[in-house]
Amino acid sequence: MVLDWLLGMIVLLVKLGLILGALLFGAAYLVWAERKFLARLQIRLGPNRAGKFGLLQPIADAMKMLTKEDLVPDGADTFVFKLAPVVVAVTAMLMFAVVPVAPDLVLFGRSIPMVIADLNVGLLFIFALSSLGVYGVALGGWASNSKFALLGGIRGAAQMISYELALGLSLVPVVMLAGSMSLTEIVAAQERVPFIILQPISFAIFVISAMAESKRIPFDLPEAENELGAGFHTEYSGMRFGLFFIGEYVHIQVLGALTAVFFLGGWRGPLLPPVIWLVLKIIFVALIMIWIRGTLPRLRYDQLMALGWKVLIPAALVNIVLTGVLILLV
Amino acid sequence: MTVYSLLFYLLSLLTLAATAMAVTRRHMVHAVLYLVLSFFGTALLFYLLGAPLLAALEVIIYAGAIMVLFLFIIMMIRVEKEDDRFFPFLQWWPALLISGGFLAGLLALSREDLVRQPGMTVAQALPQVFGIHLFRDHWLAIEIASLLLLIALVGVLHLSRRRRADAIEEAP
Repeated sequence: MVLDWLLGMIVLLVKLGLILGALLFGAAYLVWAERKFLARLQIRLGPNRAGKFGLLQPIADAMKMLTKEDLVPDGADTFVFKLAPVVVAVTAMLMFAVVPVAPDLVLFGRSIPMVIADLNVGLLFIFALSSLGVYGVALGGWASNSKFALLGGIRGAAQMISYELALGLSLVPVVMLAGSMSLTEIVAAQERVPFIILQPISFAIFVISAMAESKRIPFDLPEAENELGAGFHTEYSGMRFGLFFIGEYVHIQVLGALTAVFFLGGWRGPLLPPVIWLVLKIIFVALIMIWIRGTLPRLRYDQLMALGWKVLIPAALVNIVLTGVLILLV
Repeated sequence: MTVYSLLFYLLSLLTLAATAMAVTRRHMVHAVLYLVLSFFGTALLFYLLGAPLLAALEVIIYAGAIMVLFLFIIMMIRVEKEDDRFFPFLQWWPALLISGGFLAGLLALSREDLVRQPGMTVAQALPQVFGIHLFRDHWLAIEIASLLLLIALVGVLHLSRRRRADAIEEAP
């Protein structure tokens, strides 16, 4: 009994360590990949001094940020200012807790689920965290006591309110098809056909609103470097700025994993082991997002709002009704 | 004392302390943050009771949506620092009345054994079962609530339309 409990605890800690380590490592090298790929898109070389192909650049950047002076601007709300980057990084990392990375593993006659927590409300858990993540942006912008940062923070809050609805509604058909909100069940339901084939409209709405949630070009209005300095994190330096960055790149990986789980069949795939398939799908989605960043200009604010409220949400609602009708008929 | 009851008391203490801080803070943004913390504690209490659905909804709706809106408004209107003035007396009576009524209801409820009550069963049910119960057996209440929300929406649209018309008249 006690032995079982201890074993479970050890397995859980090992899983946590592996996933968090992989996420942070992934975040560091996603920054490198983004800089390299973006440079190629813009006919530049990108980082190429630290190590072969600039491969040591993330380590150099981390050292630089950790050793920089930690500045808190005059007149800032110190506690909230220090809290904001933590909220962004932690909520992004916690979202991965419900993502299944492989089928159950059988070791010494015990079945070990390859997910940290298989909640039966896994999908809602993700929404809960993503709606908390905006506090980091809004509060970071507010606490800096700078008008550009404040504008960025307000934009972040308004953007989230517009896009969270579309994000949620785009996943309702997925839940209808899978009959469950557990991510493990959703992957299991795609044994024969991945949902991207059954739900192409949902997929498009999900990807667009997920990109808006991640606050990247073309939806990077909270940052908007040529209007607002650096938006909500203008006043941040050193590792606090680094935490915002880690949050953003962990978020990209989480979005890749969620796109894979909801639409691309999760860890399913021929020949290669399941974990590799999931990682490949995450990298694929991340590269597409970087490509989009290198291609599209930033939306104007009213265009962003109009796209969310007048296009994505109605399309998602119609899609839900259509899915319902089809499920009843077929 | 089991681990669960220890967790229960810790979370209750956190929730109560956060709520007390939220009520007494003069700084609006800090008050909102403490309230978010309090909702978080409540969500964890729901989870501890075996109701993850309610926990998730509590965080999504209250901590995630409504409080973000509060924060948004506070950041937009930039409240001037009030001098050390407590709430006016007229606002005390409704507050006392509501909290007194709530306390009485809670005391009455705490005398009963709630574990086998239908409310508890519904709260702990699977999301599918909960959804079917809600939308099949209580569809009228849902429709009334949604109608109420629609009315509020139309009202807001009407109010903002009229103000915009005024602004255009004043502009030249």
